[in-house]
Amino acid sequence: MTTRWFGAPVQRVEDDRLLRGHGRFTDDIGEGALECCFVRSPYAHARIRSIDVSEARSALGVVAVYTAADLPFGGVDLPLLIPHPNLTHGRTQRCLASEVVRYAGEAVAFVVAESRYAAEDAAELVQVEYDPLPVVITPEVAARAEHLVHDDVAGNVAAEMLQEVGDLDAAMVTAPHRKRLRFRYERGAASPLEGRAVWAQWSAAEHKLTVYDSTQSPTSIRGGLAVLFGLPESNVEVIAPDVGGGFGPKIMLFYPDEVLVPYAAMQLGRPVKWTEDRQEHFTAVNQERGQVHEVEVGFDGDGRIVALSDDFIHDGGAYTPYGIILPIITAAQVPGPYRVPNYRVRFRDVYTNATPTSPYRGAGRPHACFVMERTLDAIASELGVDRVEVRRRNLIQPDEFPYAVGVAWQDGNRVVYDSGNYPELLDRALEMLGPRPGGDHVGMGLAIYVEGTGVGPYEGAHVQVLVSGKVVAATGIPSQGQAHATVWAQVVADELGVDVKDVEITSGDTRRFPWGVGTFASRGAVTAGNAMHIAAGMVAAKAKQIAADHLEASPADLELVDGRVRVKGSPDRGMPLAAVAVLSNPVRYAFGGGTEAATQFASKPRPGPPLQGGEQPGLEATGYYSPPGSTWASGCHAAYVRVDPKTFRLEILKYVVVHDCGRVINPLVL
Amino acid sequence: MKVNGVEHSPPADPRRLLSDHLRHDLGLTGTHVGCEHGVCGCCTVLLDGAPVRSCLMLAVQAEGHEVKTVEGLARDGSPLHPVQQAFHECHALQCGFCTPGFVMSVVGLLAQHPHPSPQEVDEGIAGNLCRCTGYASIRRAVSRAAELSSPLVGKSGPQGRDGAR
Amino acid sequence: MPRRSDPRLVKPPPFEYHAPTSVDEACSLLGSLDDAKVLAGGQSLVPLLNFRLARPAHLVDINRIGGLDRVYERDGGVAVQALARQAAVEDSEIVARVCPLLRDATKLVAHRVIRNRGTVCGSLAHADPASELPAVLLALRGSVVAVSARGRRVIPASQLFTGVFETSLAADELLAEAWFPASPRPFAILEESRRHGDFALAGVVRAGKRLALFGVAPTPVLADPRNPTVGLEPSGDLEATPEFRLHLVRVLTEKAFAA
Repeated sequence: MTTRWFGAPVQRVEDDRLLRGHGRFTDDIGEGALECCFVRSPYAHARIRSIDVSEARSALGVVAVYTAADLPFGGVDLPLLIPHPNLTHGRTQRCLASEVVRYAGEAVAFVVAESRYAAEDAAELVQVEYDPLPVVITPEVAARAEHLVHDDVAGNVAAEMLQEVGDLDAAMVTAPHRKRLRFRYERGAASPLEGRAVWAQWSAAEHKLTVYDSTQSPTSIRGGLAVLFGLPESNVEVIAPDVGGGFGPKIMLFYPDEVLVPYAAMQLGRPVKWTEDRQEHFTAVNQERGQVHEVEVGFDGDGRIVALSDDFIHDGGAYTPYGIILPIITAAQVPGPYRVPNYRVRFRDVYTNATPTSPYRGAGRPHACFVMERTLDAIASELGVDRVEVRRRNLIQPDEFPYAVGVAWQDGNRVVYDSGNYPELLDRALEMLGPRPGGDHVGMGLAIYVEGTGVGPYEGAHVQVLVSGKVVAATGIPSQGQAHATVWAQVVADELGVDVKDVEITSGDTRRFPWGVGTFASRGAVTAGNAMHIAAGMVAAKAKQIAADHLEASPADLELVDGRVRVKGSPDRGMPLAAVAVLSNPVRYAFGGGTEAATQFASKPRPGPPLQGGEQPGLEATGYYSPPGSTWASGCHAAYVRVDPKTFRLEILKYVVVHDCGRVINPLVL
Repeated sequence: MKVNGVEHSPPADPRRLLSDHLRHDLGLTGTHVGCEHGVCGCCTVLLDGAPVRSCLMLAVQAEGHEVKTVEGLARDGSPLHPVQQAFHECHALQCGFCTPGFVMSVVGLLAQHPHPSPQEVDEGIAGNLCRCTGYASIRRAVSRAAELSSPLVGKSGPQGRDGAR
Repeated sequence: MPRRSDPRLVKPPPFEYHAPTSVDEACSLLGSLDDAKVLAGGQSLVPLLNFRLARPAHLVDINRIGGLDRVYERDGGVAVQALARQAAVEDSEIVARVCPLLRDATKLVAHRVIRNRGTVCGSLAHADPASELPAVLLALRGSVVAVSARGRRVIPASQLFTGVFETSLAADELLAEAWFPASPRPFAILEESRRHGDFALAGVVRAGKRLALFGVAPTPVLADPRNPTVGLEPSGDLEATPEFRLHLVRVLTEKAFAA
């Protein structure tokens, strides 16, 4: 493989249409669709005494109003996506609540009308009688369990997990110094600029459901809808068109609308669409980050950590559709880039009467980093040692890899760091940061992290050289601005020796590629990128095989350069890749484009059937990449911040980031 | 009302927002909706040359005025407008959802301040939110756009990334 | 406990729309319609309509009235008519010369794109306790001209702002013009907000020896520069505690009067 494009600062192919306003985000799709809105609970916890939609049903422009009673799946709990043996009391919500609402924003009724305006007018006519119940807000209150979020979940505890590496008690007791610390991390919301949106159409003639969804996993949505509606998967198409930011909440599945909008489309015989507004995003789209950590750290006189115990409560929200991935990640990432020879971590995932939690940018890692970094600062303060020096003394060294941390990871494996140079990250960050600016009230912020990424199970790619010589490639995972179409094109272009402009990538469209997991946890380049590499490599090998016969050379003597397959050292002996694509498909009927060369009276390079030994027509291949485990990126952030002692206003004077992402595919889009 | 130079009638329903009218009645979906209360900037269009929030105008209010949306900056096939070009060169967009709003705001900013100081750049883009880029590249794009828009076309190339040594 | 559902909806509710082309027509409409609101810049009203927090039966859009957008000198100060946009006031040479305090205050209102539509008179009529312009009017001892089918009256700033989003304007009155006396020197307007362009957590306006505060009471209030927090009982919310608001008042007052 010639590395012409890999590592090059290629300008994005995505930009032109987005800049011209020709992006196609889900709400941009009209096609005469009916529009919807939800009636949502204003109460964080309440029993529903009655729901009256009669007035709403007869409002102007209203086509249908649904409550749980109107749905054949009204009593079905939405899927629990990631089961885990420790999740002993997992709960998921239903599409529409009918008995109890457990967070403000939980959906109670679904209105379908000719316009969103009419739908909202009708939603105001829906009468719901609530009996408010005691509200459990904050993880601390939840853990005290004076009131329950779910009647059948004692203590509000959905899951509890304890892990230990080494012998924590013995090490702590003998540690020269000990300190107890408490850390509290507040909830946050992702707030992508594009809210969530779904558009669906049912074709009775083709018995086919087509859904556009601003989602991070079209393949999962497709699978779920097929199961729920009893349709063959091949009759369900899900496409993530342009998506205006995901950041985690769009990897959560299934929001009620992802089921109700397709259902309404199937019932009403017209396309149906729903787009959330910003108010809904703040309450009805998953959030995360709420955690409370009780830490005890044992350390020696040099500030080296001897033992660390972390007992934390994770705010799971009202339901646990995403399982306990978040606290598992936090528990795994607290040690970060540091040596923690004796580590005990226990978490309780508790229910609260708040929006359910699932990954948001960082997905449990930021909290872990916060805990460890602040603990190190406390150690430094206690001993009067420089904060940077304390970190240096605890960092895992470059010659210690692979480094087994000893705790569970989110992919079912254990955490084993594969590579890194943490001291170098720190040194470079400090060098970039430079000397402290003059003036009063200036502080330095510092944090070093390890980021488990590139998680499996797999991703796949299909790559094909067309008879025109252009290359098309597709993968199952969608994009939300990561420049996938550019960087994957770079990977493929290098394998096939073509110009990056001649490679067109499609992503997140189950019609083009139906297998895959999703775009989250910074895994796209590693998983789909590697799949693209594998598939393109298979195509290159096939091209050489076919060309070898025609060029009377051995495949090993051939190379793919500038859109041609040619003999190494004799560049004039070659043929265009387009011609190879033609020859890959033996035809009876030439239809132009050079296909005459592949007909039966043209010269035959070898005896025997046109396709032999398992060969398939077409210069194409499908490849998959399934990582053995996560790979471990790392980085260091450092900043100088000034605080105004009177107004307490913060001013960020300088902020630097050093991040080890492995080999950079495109430095322009870092 | 004129939208990108073409005459259109306002909608019958006076409560229809200009943002919805442009997107769903006129099919100009380049203008995006992010908050419907004037905070995020995604819906920014030019009204008689000045940037305004289309989510804070009733469509009927645009009657007798000229509205320009992002689609009106460069016709299909023609080169990008200097502001669009600058955003491309400086990698100032990722998902692209906030981008039309930024572009229209910057067009308005440069009309008012053809050579904005860093302070004026920050003031000029402070009304637009982006959740992808972190704004550093957008700042660079505004300065680059000023260069590209100036009659003496900027000779320096697209600005490099800060700290990328 | 039965309760009409709170759907958290974001689209304007239905209303009757009127677009008068003269002040007389506007006053006639305001005088005869029940439950009508004036639509000028819309930068405060339309969000309220979008959130369905405002549900007027009638909207009287005054943007079609010609000749109502002047900024001119009179009586030693600057007169700003109902349709003069905040951006126009910000850029006005007259304002810069006669009342630079008004220019400085206008620059603090939201962002330029909002100011391209928002009006100074609209901001005064809206009377958000955290907004800048009412406090400036109060500090300068300005006044407004209210017109209706019944006639015309001048309301001094001290009598205009009566509560949170409340003024002494009658339901049938249009705030046709605001008058800002010339800025005495020294003058200053300082505020603290969480983000650039946000409403102020607390703010102070100095006009010579006079001090007005905003963001810390139901209306803008005058205060003694030597003891600015006397009698203040600001509210607490997610953005700031009452104590922090009082602290900011002291800090900002000290800064404004340091010169």
